[in-house]
Amino acid sequence: MNLIFEKSTPGRRGFRVPPSDVPSRAEIPQALRRTRDAELPEVSELEVVRHFTQLSQRNFSIDTHMYPLGSCTMKYNPRFLEDVAALEGFSRLHPLLPQLRGGGILTQGALQVLYEVAQWLCEITGMAQFSMQPLAGAHGELTGAMLIAAYHRFHGNRKTTVIIPDSAHGTNPASAAIAGYQVVAAPSNERGVLDPAHVKDLVNDQTAALMLTCPNTLGLFNRDIRTLADMVHAVGGLMYYDGANLNAIAGWARPGDLGFDVVQLNLHKTFATPHGGGGPGAGPVGVAEPLVPFLPTSVVVKRADGTYALEYDRKDSIGYVAPFYGNFGVILKAYAYMLALGREGLKRMAETAVLNANYLLARLRPHYKVPFDRRCMHEFVLSAAPQAKKGVKALDIAKGLIDRGIHPPTMYFPGIVPEALMIEPTETESKETLDAFVDAMIEIARLADEDPDALHRAPTTTPVGRLDEVAAARRLDVCFPLPDDAAQA
Amino acid sequence: MHIPDDRLYTMEHEWLKQEGDGPARIGLSAYAAEQLSGVTFIELPKKGQTVKRGQKIANVESVKAVSDVYAPAGGAIVEVNGALEADPSLLDEQHYDAGWICRIDLADAAELDELMDAKAYREYLNTLAG
Amino acid sequence: MDFIPHTDAQRREMLEAIGAASAEDLFADIPPAMRAGELNLPAGHSEIWVRNHLEHLAAKNATHLTPFVGGGFYDHYVPSAVTAILRRGELYTAYTPYQAEASQGTLQAIYEYQTAICRLTGMEVANASLYDGGTALYEAAMMATRLTGRNKIVLDSGVNPIYRNMLHGYTRNLNVAFREVPTACGPTPRDQVEPFLDEETAAIVLQNPNFFGFIDDLADVVDMAHRVGALAVMSCYPISLGLVKTPGEMGVDIATGEGQSLGLPLSFGGPYLGFMATRKKFIRQMPGRLAGVTHDKEGRRGFVLTLQTREQHIRRQGATSNICTNEALCALAALVYLSLVGKEGLKEVAQLCADKAAYAAQRLDRIDGVSVHRAAPFFNEFVCDLPVYAGEIVSGLIEKGYAGGFPLAQYYPGMEKRLLVAVTEKRTREEIGAFAEALEGLL
Repeated sequence: MNLIFEKSTPGRRGFRVPPSDVPSRAEIPQALRRTRDAELPEVSELEVVRHFTQLSQRNFSIDTHMYPLGSCTMKYNPRFLEDVAALEGFSRLHPLLPQLRGGGILTQGALQVLYEVAQWLCEITGMAQFSMQPLAGAHGELTGAMLIAAYHRFHGNRKTTVIIPDSAHGTNPASAAIAGYQVVAAPSNERGVLDPAHVKDLVNDQTAALMLTCPNTLGLFNRDIRTLADMVHAVGGLMYYDGANLNAIAGWARPGDLGFDVVQLNLHKTFATPHGGGGPGAGPVGVAEPLVPFLPTSVVVKRADGTYALEYDRKDSIGYVAPFYGNFGVILKAYAYMLALGREGLKRMAETAVLNANYLLARLRPHYKVPFDRRCMHEFVLSAAPQAKKGVKALDIAKGLIDRGIHPPTMYFPGIVPEALMIEPTETESKETLDAFVDAMIEIARLADEDPDALHRAPTTTPVGRLDEVAAARRLDVCFPLPDDAAQA
Repeated sequence: MHIPDDRLYTMEHEWLKQEGDGPARIGLSAYAAEQLSGVTFIELPKKGQTVKRGQKIANVESVKAVSDVYAPAGGAIVEVNGALEADPSLLDEQHYDAGWICRIDLADAAELDELMDAKAYREYLNTLAG
Repeated sequence: MDFIPHTDAQRREMLEAIGAASAEDLFADIPPAMRAGELNLPAGHSEIWVRNHLEHLAAKNATHLTPFVGGGFYDHYVPSAVTAILRRGELYTAYTPYQAEASQGTLQAIYEYQTAICRLTGMEVANASLYDGGTALYEAAMMATRLTGRNKIVLDSGVNPIYRNMLHGYTRNLNVAFREVPTACGPTPRDQVEPFLDEETAAIVLQNPNFFGFIDDLADVVDMAHRVGALAVMSCYPISLGLVKTPGEMGVDIATGEGQSLGLPLSFGGPYLGFMATRKKFIRQMPGRLAGVTHDKEGRRGFVLTLQTREQHIRRQGATSNICTNEALCALAALVYLSLVGKEGLKEVAQLCADKAAYAAQRLDRIDGVSVHRAAPFFNEFVCDLPVYAGEIVSGLIEKGYAGGFPLAQYYPGMEKRLLVAVTEKRTREEIGAFAEALEGLL
């Protein structure tokens, strides 16, 4: 399919800019002007709409396909969330209004949303206060690591290391490192979780924090979590909860009760806001009482008279991590989703996510290797190592699923499982869809025995077959070249 | 897998080839090339740099992995293979000749005793296969 | 209300297949002592109730005010086709395009977006997006420290003060030193900049138009930085690039900016769009995702995420950034916007903004006691001196139905009587005239 730039016809217009209705003309001096126009496409509105509609048809998405991508929580994104976020009373609201004099009063509706979402999240996680500022999960991790640093600095401790399990998502060590910490990798045990016996040797007075997902990326809940927390707290360290997998336990267990001090949540996972093909997300961070003074500026507070205000005067705050109050449009959708679900809906959400994952695990167990074979939470990891011995790798299984109309699970992650396939069905898939997925996986397992080449050829139903990633990295083409000057003349 | 007899090997899959009295040539074994399956980029060592045995001298990238290359023996790096920057695929297909990485003027020839000969390296690879 | 499809019979069937007695049984791994009690949360509501509740809250926000406030975030028109495309479920309910063959739509759009940003900024390569203009500037500063091996950053105080605050916050635990060039309510003061630049400087961070709205040719400042081996980083306002000299033309090494003005609503501060573009030779130190062109076995062109070895999922703590989820849908909005307005339309939107701002400045200048700063040409935002405190005037204007500008003293102590006024293509001659009269009436 041609690029929008390749569809360009000089002189064609997609949007008519109205003529000026003011008598003034701004004469920008030649020296300050660009010398060559930005070579943007020259296309009609229909061409634009058709181009992007056709592009959309070259995607898998939740709306069109089952999407059991592990640790990504690809659940249904209810339509009404989009409508509430588009309400003009929110979408047209300028973020600087609260800073105009008398401004707090101009945005009471928006501040109430921010305040109430934070209250909900505190109750769900057992934290004392939340900042809605962080703009995505990894951004929340970084904010959390900065909060931990601020806390230790305040207490005069220059702690240097953060302990992170080997099964952790790559953002965890990257976030800790960017906040200035050295990363110490902790091994998972034969049950797939961190073992207090191993962690004991890693914890010392330099330990600023232990950073965990719970359940972890294998979908396993660590029963020793409180022992680990005690160990870390004993040396003055803090417990960090990566909430990427909160969908498993929301309403059933609270990170605060498990001993965690800092929590980041991914609203674009657990709270059903759409992922947008790679964002925008929202990664609010909650903290236990001792860390409250360090939360980013500003914080929304509720006054005695029932109005809401932004508090800027926070001397120990880590400052601004986002320009304003977070990805408000995303937070708004999560708020609407929470209101719809309510207390019992939230619990049922997690319960069904766990039910669906265990159902898939039970049905797939006879056909694939299960490296950590125990009851899982909202997701589980299979290993295609036995299939790989016959020449069918996790990658081939993934591509085979595409031809069967299913988005593949997360592949080759976590790295501690060879040929990993990480499956998270979420609560919104029906039993019929889950069964269709199982059937496809069984068929693929059979093909691995009988006709591996059929899988090596996959996918054959997509606009392109397997792409040469090595060539992409060697002959880097990340920007369509400009029509050359000669052609222009 | 082709493991030439004319050179020595490390457990990290580098080879070292002595060339008369001149500096030794360093590269990656067929096993390393297979593991990388498509080198996309190499960060070469600096000419003139002095390295110790086991010190990181280069960084090799494939699509989904980054691997370090270590000095099989200590010494001064007297030459680097600039051709790899333009064409990293030399490491895939010609890792024993045109795909060499650098030449080291060895500081202590005794360090070579720590390396494996081709036979020992083949046996070592067999232990990895399981 | 929930979004769960199972019937009770199906639940029972599934539990049986699992070998679990009850749903409760599924949570056996969580010891009873670690279970949450009944959460103190309200019961669920219907879609109708939630919609009503949110309409009620939306009505409590003062969006009726005619906006003359900018500060880096502007009330531009969003063509309907942008919104319509973003509502395609195939685009907005997809994940990051890890499975290339099943994500060609998103991947091609990212490649097109990268191309559009390069053409807009006059730079060679752009990434798939960062969170916002502020985090993009922080990432650029960190990238400059990696590229130069130096740790001092010189900040022009014409850079958005919100972004400067963010830069300070992010680096508090790191070995990075900031030096701020003293504030002048004008274009970048050359003589003040030079003494700050030395052999330890990783980068000078600039903004064009700057926070006061002034446009400038900063090529000479960029040269100053280059002479000491430092890089030049510039935050840009994309609409202005329809007309003004690009960072590429000024020799800038890393260009960033806030892409909100390209088809995104103000939405009380986000989601927005951070863009970043640089020189090809710096690409390996650039943070964020990148889509690149390649082919399948049949020779068909396709797109993949490339140079992923820079990223956290491969290099973990050694990555160029921790960013994972970015602002893909917002980048798509920017691409659709730029495709719709096109080469000529972008110039026209920019000219219209500048014309209307020129008119507003002229109207305000005519008011006794008000004078517009004209130390350099401005784009669509300008500073005016008032005879009274700007904050009080803004309060008065709110009463009259205007978000009448941003009082500079908020971030620049000593500028209590200065107001920053922004005008976009959406403001009409009548609105501008009435605004000027309203302001005059308050003096």
